Amino acid sequence: MTTVNAKRQTGFAPADFAADDRTDETFLDAFRSYARRVRGGDMGALPAVLGLIVLFVVFSVANERFTSALNLANLITQAGSICVLAMGLVFVLLLGDIDLSAGVAGGVAACAMALTMVNDGWPWWAGVLAGVGSGALIGLLIGTLRAKLGIPSFVVTLAFFLGLQGVTLKLIGEGGSVRVDNPVIRGITIDNMSPAAGWACAVLIVAAFAALQLYQYRRKVTLGLDHPPVGVVAARVAVVAAVSLGVTSLLNVNRSVNADVEIRGVPYVLPLVGVLLIVLTFILNRTRYGRHIYAVGGNAEAARRAGINVDRIRISVFVVCSSLAAVSGIIAASYGGKVSASSGAGNTLLYAVGRR
Amino acid sequence: MPEPILELRGVNKSFGVVHVLHDIDFQVYPGEVTALVGDNGAGKSTLVKAIAGIHPIDSGSYLFEGDPVTVHGPNDVAALGIEVVYQDLALCDNLDIVQNMFLGRELIRHGRLDESAMETQAREALTSLSVRTVKSVRQSVSSLSGGQRQTVAIAKSVLWNSRVVLLDEPTAALGVAQTRQVIELVRRLADQGLGVVLISHNLADVFEVADRICVLYLGRVAAEVKTSEVNHSQVVELITAGRSGSLGLDSAQAAQSM
Repeated sequence: MTTVNAKRQTGFAPADFAADDRTDETFLDAFRSYARRVRGGDMGALPAVLGLIVLFVVFSVANERFTSALNLANLITQAGSICVLAMGLVFVLLLGDIDLSAGVAGGVAACAMALTMVNDGWPWWAGVLAGVGSGALIGLLIGTLRAKLGIPSFVVTLAFFLGLQGVTLKLIGEGGSVRVDNPVIRGITIDNMSPAAGWACAVLIVAAFAALQLYQYRRKVTLGLDHPPVGVVAARVAVVAAVSLGVTSLLNVNRSVNADVEIRGVPYVLPLVGVLLIVLTFILNRTRYGRHIYAVGGNAEAARRAGINVDRIRISVFVVCSSLAAVSGIIAASYGGKVSASSGAGNTLLYAVGRR
Repeated sequence: MPEPILELRGVNKSFGVVHVLHDIDFQVYPGEVTALVGDNGAGKSTLVKAIAGIHPIDSGSYLFEGDPVTVHGPNDVAALGIEVVYQDLALCDNLDIVQNMFLGRELIRHGRLDESAMETQAREALTSLSVRTVKSVRQSVSSLSGGQRQTVAIAKSVLWNSRVVLLDEPTAALGVAQTRQVIELVRRLADQGLGVVLISHNLADVFEVADRICVLYLGRVAAEVKTSEVNHSQVVELITAGRSGSLGLDSAQAAQSM
C-alpha cells in the first residue's frame, strides 16, 4: 500500500504496467514463453541449430571419418572465409537488400592483396589494407548506385558479379594464378596456436562473457528493468562455456594421421572469426549505427522522419559487406595458397547465403 | 485568456494556381485541445503540413510563444518543441517500444547505447500518461494493436518534452475501445500543459475531448468557437456550408470560395 501512496504523492498514476505488478518470471516461465513463441512461429535461430545437428548426425553415420578430430578441425578452417562473408551479408540483408557480388568482390580483394605483395613487394599488412580498401571501394560504388539512383540491389550486384570476374581475369591473366606464400597470410589458416594459448583464450572468453552477463543482470535488477531470470543467464554462460571449451579441447588433441608429425592447437582463423563476430554483434546491437540499420530495414519512411539519413545507412552497409567480403577473400587465399581468376566465383556466395 | 503558444496569422498557401489556404488565423493554447475539423479538401492536412514545416507558407506569420519565427523545414519545427503524429504511424515494426520512442535520438553512454536509461525514461513517459494497456516496454511494436501503436507514437512526444502536439486523425483506423484509450490520452496530454491539435472527422470524439473547435471550409477558417458554445448540428453546418446562423463566413465570402 505504501508504495502506491508514494506514487500518488509524486503525481504519477498508479503503476500501470503489468510488468510492474508481476513477480519476476522464473526459469520455467521463461522456458514456457520460449516454447510458446516457437509454437507461434517465432523460431529465432532454432531451425539453423537443428539443421546443423541433423547434418552432423547424417554425415557421421554416412562416414565414420566425419567425426575424426582432423576432419572437424579442417571443417572449422574451411568455414572461416565463408563465415566472414556471411557476417558481411547480414548487414545488407537487414535492409532487405542483397549483395550477389560479395563472393567475387572477395576475389578481387584477394587479387589486389596478392599482386601488391608479389609484384610490388609490399609488406603483408599493406597488402591486406589494399585488399580491404578495394573491397570498401566496390561497396561504395554498389551502395551509391543503389541508394542514390534507386537501382534495385539485385540488378546492381548482379552486374558487379559479372563485371568483377572480368576485373580479376584482367588483373591475373587468363588461366593464371598468383601464389600467396607470405608466412603471416598463410599462417591464418595453416598455423595453430599452442595448446596452452588456446586454453588461455577459451577461458578468457568464458570469463569475460560471464562477467558481462552478470554485470548486465545486476544492473537491470537494481534499476528495476525488464530482465531475464537468473537461470537463463546461467544457461547462456553454460552454453558459451561448453562450446568454447569443447572446441578448444577437441582442437588441442593431436589430429595428425601421420605418427611422425604432430598437429594440435586452435587454428588462428578461429579467434579471428570470433573477434569479428563479437565486434559486429556489438555494432549491430549496442551502437546507434546498428540501431539505425535495423530501423531502416524495418520502415525506411519512419527512419527518415526520425531524422536518420537513410541513404548514408544504405551505402554504408554495402561498404561493410564488401569490406568483410575482402577479408573473406583474403582468408580463402590464405587457405588455398593462391589467388586464381575464379576466386570467389562459383558457389562461394551460395555457401554464405545458406550459412546465414 | 492565456497567451497562445502557437499562432498563425493571415497565412496563405498556394500550389500553383490552386489557392489552398486563405488568410488562416489559427491559435493553439497550452493546456487545451484544439480540434481542427473540416470536410475533405478543406485544407486540414495542408495546414498541418504548413505548421510542421513540410510546406513553406507563402505569406502570413508564424508565431511561437508570441514571437515570430521563420520555419525552413521540419527540423526547425521539431527544435521549437512541436511534434507531429502522422496518420500512418511512423513506427518500425521490428523494433521494440523503447527503441521506437528513442529512434533517431538514442541516448549514448561510454560510446554505446544506454539501454537502461532509455527503458527507464520510456517507462516514465508511458506511466505519466497512465497507459495501462502495454504489458512490457520491451515488446516488439509488431505485436501491438492499432490503439497501442498510436499510444506509443503519442507518448514519444511526452518523452521529448514537446510543447505542442499535432495529431492527424489519431482514431481513424481504431475500434471503439481503442478510440476511447486514445481520446483519454489526448486529454491527459493537454492536462499536462501541452497545446494539442486534434484533427478528426469524428465529431463525437471532438465534442468529448476538445476545448475549442476550428472549422475549415474550402481553405478558410469558417469559425473558431468554444466547444461549450456550440452544438453538434451547428458544427456540421459549418463544415458543410461554411456558416450556421450568426456563425461562420458571410454568404458572399462563402460563395467566393466556391
